This record gives sequence, C-alpha cells and structure tokens, in this order.
Amino acid sequence: MSNERFKNPITESAPVRWALIAAVLAFLALFVLTPLVIVFTEAFSKGWEEYILALQEPDAVKAIRLTLLVAAIAVPANLLFGLAASWAIAKFEFRGKSFLITLIDLPFSVSPVISGLVYVLLFGANSVLGPILKSHGLQIVFAVPGIVLATIFVTFPFVARELIPLMQDQGTGDEEAAISLGANGWQAFWYVTVPNIKWALLYGVLLCNARAMGEFGAVSVVSGHIRGLTNTMPLHVEILYNDYNVVGAFAVASLLALLALLTLVLRTILETRYGSELSAGQKH
Amino acid sequence: MTSARSAARWHWKNPSVIPGFGLTLGFTLAYLTLIILIPLAALAWRSASLGWSDFLRLVLDPRTLAALRISFSTALIAAVVNVVFGVVAAWVLVRYNFPGRRIVDAVVDLPFAIPTAVAGIALTAIYAPNGMIGSLLAPLGIKVAYSPLGIVVALIAIGLPFVVRTVQPVMQEISQEVEEAAASLGASRFQTIFRVILPGLTPAILTGFSLALARGIGEYGSVIFIAGNIPFVSEIAPLLIVIRLEEFDYGAATVIATVMLIISFLMLFLINFIQAWSRRRFGYEQ
Amino acid sequence: MEIRVEKIRKEFDLYPALHDVSLKIESGELIALLGPSGSGKTTLLRLIAGLEQPTQGRIFFGNEDASYRSVQERNVGFVFQHYALFRHMSVLDNVAFGLKVRPKGQRPPKAEIRRRALELLEMVQLNGLEKRFPSQLSGGQRQRVALARAMAIEPKVLLLDEPFGALDAKVRKELRRWLRDFHDRTGHTTVFVTHDQEEALELADRVVVMSQGKIEQVGSSDDVYDRPNSPFVFSFIGESASLPVKVEGGVVHFHGAPTGLTAQRDGEARLFFRPQDVSLIEEGPGMTGPVTSSRRLAGTRIAEIELGSPEKPCHVEVEVPLEASASNGSILSFRPTRWKLFY
Repeated sequence: MSNERFKNPITESAPVRWALIAAVLAFLALFVLTPLVIVFTEAFSKGWEEYILALQEPDAVKAIRLTLLVAAIAVPANLLFGLAASWAIAKFEFRGKSFLITLIDLPFSVSPVISGLVYVLLFGANSVLGPILKSHGLQIVFAVPGIVLATIFVTFPFVARELIPLMQDQGTGDEEAAISLGANGWQAFWYVTVPNIKWALLYGVLLCNARAMGEFGAVSVVSGHIRGLTNTMPLHVEILYNDYNVVGAFAVASLLALLALLTLVLRTILETRYGSELSAGQKH
Repeated sequence: MTSARSAARWHWKNPSVIPGFGLTLGFTLAYLTLIILIPLAALAWRSASLGWSDFLRLVLDPRTLAALRISFSTALIAAVVNVVFGVVAAWVLVRYNFPGRRIVDAVVDLPFAIPTAVAGIALTAIYAPNGMIGSLLAPLGIKVAYSPLGIVVALIAIGLPFVVRTVQPVMQEISQEVEEAAASLGASRFQTIFRVILPGLTPAILTGFSLALARGIGEYGSVIFIAGNIPFVSEIAPLLIVIRLEEFDYGAATVIATVMLIISFLMLFLINFIQAWSRRRFGYEQ
Repeated sequence: MEIRVEKIRKEFDLYPALHDVSLKIESGELIALLGPSGSGKTTLLRLIAGLEQPTQGRIFFGNEDASYRSVQERNVGFVFQHYALFRHMSVLDNVAFGLKVRPKGQRPPKAEIRRRALELLEMVQLNGLEKRFPSQLSGGQRQRVALARAMAIEPKVLLLDEPFGALDAKVRKELRRWLRDFHDRTGHTTVFVTHDQEEALELADRVVVMSQGKIEQVGSSDDVYDRPNSPFVFSFIGESASLPVKVEGGVVHFHGAPTGLTAQRDGEARLFFRPQDVSLIEEGPGMTGPVTSSRRLAGTRIAEIELGSPEKPCHVEVEVPLEASASNGSILSFRPTRWKLFY
C-alpha cells in the first residue's frame, strides 16, 4: 500500500511465500497428480474402443461384480459397527474407554498383508479350524468370505473414526432432552442423533467404501488369485499388469481412480457445505 | 471429585438416562473380538507355538532381516521427506491465500483415496526407464523404478497426507498473538518460526511422522510394482510374507508378521504417549 | 521515551479504522486509550507497536521517525490481551526469550540471561514458579509473566492491550493497583487499552477517549469526567442524562418552558447533566414530572422522572435525598446545578 518498506511481522516475504507455494505444488504434481494423469493417459493410449473392450472382458466384469459385492457387505457391516461403537463411546462414561478407542484404531497400524495373513492362519487348510471347515464343505480362505472378512478388517475403523470425535463433541444433552420428553432410545437415535451426524456418517461411509473397493494387500493374501472367481478389481489390475496388458490394467485402474476422485469431490462438497457438522478432528 | 468417587461403590460406568449401553457396547466388543482380536490372537498363538529357537532362527534368517531392514529404512527416509514437505504443505494451506488453494487441499487427500495398486502401477509407468520421468533420469544414471529408490518414491507418494492432516489442525489453532509477541520481543521471522512455531508443533509433527512411518513399513500395493523385488536389495517385508505364504512356509510368514506387528504396536504406543505427554504438559492435544 | 502520533490514518479493506489521529504521549506517562469496541483504540496501540502498517501519517519515538521501523526494531514491550505466552516454554524461557533471540553481538551470556529473567520474575512476584509451564498458571500469574517477558527487552515503551480483560473482577482490581505501583517504580512510558472507564480513570495519568476512529478528548480523569468536551464523552463516561432544549434570549427552555438555566448562545441544543448534579426545588423555573420508578443506591436514591409530553416522553434519572418522597407517581421538580450544552 502506501509504504512498501513496512514489514508485516507475521508473514514471510512475498518471494518466500511464492517459493513455498511452488515447492508444494511441484511436490504434489510429481507424486500425486502425475500418477493420476498417467492412469488415464495409459488407459486411453490405444483409444476409446480398446478401453471399452478392456472393461467388457469377462474377467474384468466379474472382478467389478465381486468388488461391488464385497463393498456391499463390508460397508454396511462397518457402518453398523461404527454407529454402535460411537453410541457406546460418545454417550456413556465407562472405564477402559480410551483403550477401546485404541483397539478400534488398531487396523490402521497393521500392514494390509498381515490383515490377510491372520485370516489365512485362522481359517486356512493347515489351521486348527481348517479341517473342521473342510469337513463341513465350507471354504473361507481363497474364497469370497475370506475377501469380505479381510476387507472388513482393513476398513474397520473408518466410520467409527468419523463419528466418535463428532459425537463426543456434541455431548449427550440432545438425547437426554429427547428422553426427558418421553422418547425411547430408538426415537432419540433416529430423530435426534442421526440428523446431527448425518454428514459425518456419509463422509465415513464414502471413505470406507473407497478403501473397501480399492484394498489390495489384504485381499491379495486371502484371495488365492483365482481369475474370474476371487479376483477383485485391484487384483485384476495386478494380473493384467503382470501379463503386460497395459491398456487392460490401466482401464480397470481408471475405474478405481474415478471412484477415488468422486470420493474426493464429494468430500470437498461436504466440507465446504457442512464443514461445521463434520468433525473438526482427524481425517483419514 | 476424588472423595465422592471413592465414597461411592466402585463402578465401571457412570449412570445415564440414555438407553442402549449394553446393546451397543456388547455389539462393539463382540464385533471387535471376532474381526480383529481373534485373528490377531491366531497370529500370536501361531507365533508362540513355534518355540524360541525356531522363532529366532526364522527372524535371523538373512533374507528376513534384509527385508525388514529395507522396509524400515525406506519408510524412514520417506517419512522424513514427508515431514518436511508435509509441514510446508500444511503451512501453505493454512497461511497463504492463492488461487486454487481449495483444490490443492483436496489433492493432498488423493493418496488416501486412491487404491494402492493403482498408485503402484502408475508410479512404475512414470519412473520406469522408459517412463515420463524415468527416461529423464536414466541418462543421469539415476534408476528409480526397480530399485530401493523406487520404494522410497512410492512411500513418499502415499505418506504425505498423514503428516499434513495431523499438523494442519494444530497449525490452524496457533494464535496470531503468539507470533506477534515473538516479533515484538525482537525475534526475526526465522527465529519466530524455528523457536516458537515449530517447537509448538513438535508433538503433532512427531505423530504425523509416526503415522507415515508405520504406514510405510506395512505398505504393500504401491511398492511391489515399482520395487523390482530383488531379494536382499529391494524386497520389502510384507512381500516376503506373501512369498513365504505362497511357499506354504507359514512359520516364516508368521514370524515376519509378528516382528512387524510388534514394531507397529510400539509406534502406536509412542503416538499415544506423545499425545498424552503434550496434553499434560502444554494443556493441548497432538 | 516520548511518543508522537501524527495524523495517522488506518484503513482495513477501505473501511477506515482510524481517521487522522494525532496524539502526544509524554515520557514516563501512564496513559489509557478508552473507548467502546470498534473505536480504534486497539488499532492505535498496534500501530504504535509496529504490528500494523499505517495507511497514512507518521509515528515518532522521541525525535526519531519510527513509522517505517519494523516491530522488531521498535523495541516496545507489548502485552497481549490473551497474554500470548509460548506454551511449550517454561516461565523462565518465556521471560528469557527476548534476550535469547538477540543477535550474537548484543546477546548477554547465558548465565546473565538467566539472572535477569529470574530478577524480572521476582519483580512481578513470581519467584519459585520459573519451572512451570503457562498451562499450570492462573490468569493473573500468566498476565504477570507476559509483563515480565515484555520488560526483559528493556523496552522504550510498554504497551498493554486490554491487560485485565480476561481476568475475574477481584484479580482485576488487585492487578490494577499492582500495575500502578509497578509503573511508579519503573517509570516506563506506558500505554494501555481498555473499554472499562473505571479502570482508565483510576489508573491513568491521562485518558484518551476514542470513538469511531477518532480521539474525542484527551485529559486527566478529572478533565474527562468533570469537563467532557463532547456529547459522546459526556454520555460514555459516568452516568448522565440528556434532554433536547432550545435557548431563547439567553434562557434555556425545555418543552416550551424555561428551566431556570441561562446560556450565551441561542439555538437548538442538547442539555447534559449528571444524576447527582441536580437540586430538588419547591418553586421557580425547573423541570417537573412524575416519578416512574425509583431505586435505592447505597446512600442515595435514584428516581426516574418522566418529562415532556405524554406522546413524546423523555426519561431522566436524578439523585434525590433519601428523605424526599419519591414514590411512583409523585411529582418532582428539579434543576441541574452543573450542566453543559452542546449545540
């Protein structure tokens, strides 16, 4: 403004500011954006028709179907768990609560490969349960149930993690008021709690779904890689890639990338519009 | 408070008029036990049934040690890079107004949302010797894909949001007054940043670092495509678990997994400790 | 250090926060910037400190033009409203900070820094607390740490932004007296911002009354209380009543009737007086009306009287002797003994 010589005490000089912004943009471009762009350029490298053909290939279609099926089981299961856990944790005071929260976060610190391994050790052919399962004709590992279980394991904390801090923040006043006015527990939950948490709930479900559809390591260990039977989309991407079917691999990958983009766009919309109704806590 | 509590009968839950405690906590514990605890216990049990000598023999297997070392060292380097850029990115997002800031903020989360296998093949395509960036680096003698450097690149790409998202909220809470106070006491901008702002952020930075490190050690999908997976050179521990499993060597797979789990639980403990410590000492979280 | 503010103008996004303000602060003076929120008092303080950049005008420290000096170079001790203590540093490190960040050549040796910090803590009566962290201190203690920290750099001038704003009433009174003592002992030129007139009148040598980005009046407590020079100052400081009046032929008329007061100049005006500066009268010209409510206030009684026409009533509060009958509906007549007209 009028005098250029004045130094604002709480910001950096303009060149420093722009250098830092440029560094961050370059970093993101290099490590985050370029890979995203490459997915689409590779997928379309031989044109639209090849792309569509790659997606119509029977094994690809089966992988897409299996992925949708797995997400359709895992996400509602973890949604139910998230609601129950956050209700118990946020609305009541009891001993061992912080330990319970740590346990819920546990899957975040377990390598996806280990998440798959534990089910192989539990239900696999040379486990204690293996022979029993086999005698009843049940197969869990190297079959769809194992994939579902491993997916539930890795996506376990997502919904609960969005809800717990928000509901703890909101306290118990609203529910207590509803109950003092004669509502029963279910009514208090449906008419008071759910409207208060709906956006965080949706956000948690979105993240849970994105991870459920995209999970690779855990599912890879339990799936047995049976083409057309136990291959989810990420596993199918791997198989095509190892077969040097670049267009096919990136075409299926592009669907997953689109899902990720959609999740982010919805997230941004939710945050812009309902930022105060989402928790201010950590996001994962 | 204390006297009232000790006077009352010992109880593990405070009374409340809200119903549903038994149902929701019961379901939570049952689900947690079935999905998480029993499977993890299966791993622990399997590991314990090996006996000490077998366990040690398998841990000290050179290929296992090499894989653990590679996983740990690449994750460490990537986490350090992520701390530097993550803190700068958080600062830029919190403090500066520039066109497209919202978009940049959303892009930071992309590694959370994008499946690891997708990131893996894309990074490989870029950094392979014939790839977009790989072909530029190849004449300089820098080999990214199919080398330990490739692992670091992949882990950098997926670890950034852990640091940004832990540091950003704490940065937002820094009051302008504190910086003005430092300036009024004669501190240069540089001194204000390095002696006032960053030390205040240390707990959050350490937490973000631990999260990125833990994720890096356990990461599989984004790494295996770019790493080249040469034993003793670029073979990561999670991949070795998969290889041992495919060889039906359950003992070796279990042992590697157990060691990795112990490392990640130690880090989880460390994170909780940092947060509890900073809360006690400075009266705020993270 | 004498401070001169010359025709300072400050605009935030074209919204003016200060209009051409000029002020001279004498060396060693304790001065209060008093005004309602939005009056620009904090902006003026921050401009003196160098935390804000003036849109126009100049600031002198002594004979030196400090307008373009950065806050670091101005060497002012600034105490923030919420103390702004560094919460990851112990009390001792907070106080020592200003000395530790000095450039190498000017930095005292470590032992000397520690000695001076401890000395300052003793001065603010916090000896023994040097190892604590800010979160382990009470509000009043934090305030004194902030003051000790600001004093450590041996500032030319001490600036305090609402220094007692975040404290409860009792601590506030104690600290107020303590700050006055502290100032008398150290003799620093001290400027503090407050919206609490009692605080300003009790503590300051001179009070600067501000409103809407302008200085309304500068003067001692007696000046601004007894001789307010504008309607704003009259109504902002202390209790007051005001009535629309007309001066005709040197006589002040209210609602068409003479009030028994005289003035030099004819015309429409507003009559200001304080509730205690009136006398009740039995006869003769004055203001008369029914009592609408009354309340006991310590040794006196305050009566609210309705004046003027029933359609457009004016309510004023006056102090009446305890023995006077002031029940609701009783008619009282009074005449101001000290008053002021603003045309």
